[in-house]
Amino acid sequence: MADVFIDGRFVGQAKEPEKMIEFLREKRRAGKIPDQVNFSYLDYLNEIRVVTDEGRVRRPLIIIENGKPKLTQEHIEKIQKGEIMWHDLINNGIIEYLDTEEEENALVALRSENLTKEHTHLELDPLVIFGISTSFVPFPEFDRGDRVNFGSKMVGQSIGLYSTNFLRRVDTKSNILVYPQKSLVKTHIDDVLHSENHPGGQNIVIAVMSFKCFNIEDAIIMNKSSVERGLFWSYLFRTYEAEEKKYMGGQEDIIGIPEPGVKGYAGEEAYKHLPEDGIINPEIHLTDEQIIVGKTSPLRFLGSLDQFITDLENIRETSVKLRHGEEGIVDRVFITESADGNKLVKVVVRDLKRPEIGDKFASRHGQKGVIGLIIPEEDLPFTEDGVIPDIIFNPHSIPSRMTIGKLLEIIGGKVCALNGKRSSNPAFHPTPEKDFVEALEKNGFKGDGKEALYDADTGEKYTQDVFMGNVFYQKLDHLVSNKIHARSRGPITLLTKQPTEGKSKRGGLRLGEMEKDCLIAHGASLLLKERFDVDRTTLPVCAECGLPAFHDKVKDKKFCPVCGESKIVEVEMAYAFKLLLDELKSMLIYPKIITKEE
Amino acid sequence: MLKEFQKKSLENESILPSIILEEVEKISKLKNIREKKKSELIETLEGIYLENSFEPGEAIGIIAAQSLSEPATQMTMRTYHFAGSAGLQVTLGLPRLIEIFDSRKEPATPIMTVYFKKEFNNEKDVENFAKKIKEKKLRNLLDSVSLDLTNKKIQIKLKKIKESEKNETIEKIKEKIKKINIKVREDNISIEPENHELSIRDLQRLKKKILDLTVSGVNKIINVVVIKEGNDWIVKTFGSNLSHILKMDEVDYSKSYTNNLHEIQEVLGIEAAREALIKEIRETMSQQGLNVDERHIMLIADIMVFTGEIRAVGRYGVAGMKSSVLTKAGFEETTKHLVRASVRNEEDNFKGIFENVMINQQVPVGTGMFDLVAKIGED
Repeated sequence: MADVFIDGRFVGQAKEPEKMIEFLREKRRAGKIPDQVNFSYLDYLNEIRVVTDEGRVRRPLIIIENGKPKLTQEHIEKIQKGEIMWHDLINNGIIEYLDTEEEENALVALRSENLTKEHTHLELDPLVIFGISTSFVPFPEFDRGDRVNFGSKMVGQSIGLYSTNFLRRVDTKSNILVYPQKSLVKTHIDDVLHSENHPGGQNIVIAVMSFKCFNIEDAIIMNKSSVERGLFWSYLFRTYEAEEKKYMGGQEDIIGIPEPGVKGYAGEEAYKHLPEDGIINPEIHLTDEQIIVGKTSPLRFLGSLDQFITDLENIRETSVKLRHGEEGIVDRVFITESADGNKLVKVVVRDLKRPEIGDKFASRHGQKGVIGLIIPEEDLPFTEDGVIPDIIFNPHSIPSRMTIGKLLEIIGGKVCALNGKRSSNPAFHPTPEKDFVEALEKNGFKGDGKEALYDADTGEKYTQDVFMGNVFYQKLDHLVSNKIHARSRGPITLLTKQPTEGKSKRGGLRLGEMEKDCLIAHGASLLLKERFDVDRTTLPVCAECGLPAFHDKVKDKKFCPVCGESKIVEVEMAYAFKLLLDELKSMLIYPKIITKEE
Repeated sequence: MLKEFQKKSLENESILPSIILEEVEKISKLKNIREKKKSELIETLEGIYLENSFEPGEAIGIIAAQSLSEPATQMTMRTYHFAGSAGLQVTLGLPRLIEIFDSRKEPATPIMTVYFKKEFNNEKDVENFAKKIKEKKLRNLLDSVSLDLTNKKIQIKLKKIKESEKNETIEKIKEKIKKINIKVREDNISIEPENHELSIRDLQRLKKKILDLTVSGVNKIINVVVIKEGNDWIVKTFGSNLSHILKMDEVDYSKSYTNNLHEIQEVLGIEAAREALIKEIRETMSQQGLNVDERHIMLIADIMVFTGEIRAVGRYGVAGMKSSVLTKAGFEETTKHLVRASVRNEEDNFKGIFENVMINQQVPVGTGMFDLVAKIGED
């Protein structure tokens, strides 16, 4: 006797659970029970579980009967002709969806060759073991596993056309590739997801060779002329927001050019480019920290009396400014209302990002690299036909990583470019290398993909032939222009009087503990002191009680709040240390500074 | 014998570290350098060695620490393993290094290397010796043990062993455990305590004591392996008992060694322990293909032993001995040190490096170490 549960509810018992399950499955395959219902018999608990609820992960599998798949060649032909559809296969019990629990009762074969009598299901295709981004990698079974993993990770970082309605969207930050292309060498997933509508990169001509030492350690050399023709240009869209918020006591923000005299008024010059309403017009070029929307807000901490004063003195400038270190052109301006009924302004700023030294690119095989040099095409090697590579890729990146898939993609891409046809090479279904070789030879190229290149400096032929072809490259969202940062002076934090942290806050770069140890090891103690002098303070200390004293600047008199008019000594120390002393005092530890006459 | 030994060690009196002297010895043997030339060579080397000494104010402690810990981080990433290989299982790499610096009382794998005097340096004697020292407990010779609770007796049935061995075993029991009567019938031994008033718990205790009795061999020596190294026959032991082994007649006490540093300190003294410490650190590093300058290791070893006993590098050892309250609080267990300092009214003189970094004052190291002695132009 086995307990039967429907969606976790006990409903009864079954005398012969195995038979019952079989009966139920037959009914489902016959279409008597909806195909979304899954049954499973857990023999170790002696339970039958019937689940009909939502949120289960399920996948389709071909049903096997007596060691033979129910899906036959006949069905496939009918599908190709369009006579039957996917749901017909499900309704006729040829394919069914299993959830994680019912899977435990099934024995699934990965390939039809492996089928035995015990198998109950067959995988639709072995390539279903891969997820979406891994499926984008062509020839994955020719690459080492970790490289496929890296490759699929980087597919997710590529800049492309993520959405076709991007001009109507107001994403906080988005990147759009200017001339996206569908890949020459594709996989099944390109058809499934219609990636031709939102590709993630461009097909480039690659030459696998070293060149003038600027592509060592995974760097790549890019053709400047290709870049000038628009190769890997992208736009960075960033949305800025301003809202007229309402506060308690009837006060509110005002969008508009702030009046002179307002707290934090930046000067007439700073508002000159704004129209009367204080909201910037489209197609205006903005640079570092320029104002996009002029705004004023009431002061935050109002006392009980102050709230009736609406003087200029009590209004603060809170304009929305372009981020530090960025520039761009105003692309679109939206003026609407927020959910609370406040006036809401959204401004999208666009910035053209052309490839520059340090930008990161990758093919789909986990072969990433940054630009080491951009050279004009007249200085780059060329073939007999006058083909000049867009990217020069270092051959040292190949042997240790064993990404043979990339080499296959290069010659595959070359064949595609010659034939004008895309080639599909999903996992476990590659085009044989032989086909590529034959196609190349038919078109008058060498079968191994190598070509004679000519030195651009001398015009002489290189003694060695160079492996060249077409390959799909992605521009990754790690652009130097978004990351570069330096500081000489800048803001400090209130609490510690030390520089702020992070690029967005114009922060400093920390000289950390290990770097400090380095300076000590070099014996550079004065340099060390100078480096940490950012928060240096001189503190008046009472010589008697050893606690910080006051300096009354009006009377120009120093006195100790504990001992009165005692002797006061000036002590120089790090502000952070003074903070430590204060914190010790708050923990009832009395840190007494003992001063000595020098 | 001892005098000869002392004389030998006095000859090596030189400021050069032992590793350089060994090198000199090797080269002079190879190139047939005479004794007079050799001492000249050592003199020149000493000159070079002294010229290379650090200048006053150099932060040698930090340099030594970094020189050792940088390769140690490498070790975490690529420790060579000898998985599945035969021989003694020895702790190597980072675990061993941590063990040394933590100055554990007992290493995870105590190993002894025993050398022999000339007259015993042959296969037969060494094999016999190895058999002799391997620890055999009574537990290992038993077939079964039972407690006769009514008669307050312990019944032991021995395995089938030689008659002489059996007698020896019984003698051993008689010798080690007092106040018992032993009756032997063939392989069965019955042990009866003289005191019949013993409780069952005491009887159990007695049984355990008897089972753990060392019948033959040396205490703690669990396993032995005989190896030939060049012309020498060597016994490697798993488990270490230096004081006992060194007393044995066959053993060359000037060469035999253990990797248990605390045992060396107890048996041979702190200077020997220092040498052993240096050797252990150096060898652990070089086994992993990392080479650290001898002098860094020497400095760290000196700091670990200079109080007369081996201290660990860490909170309870070297770092815990620092005088500054702030430095200790900044290292580990901040609250503990702050509370202790406030309760005991401790003072911090700001003489060290770390506390001066904290208050951002000139650090007394390198260029910041020295002050002007004379004040010029003061009226």
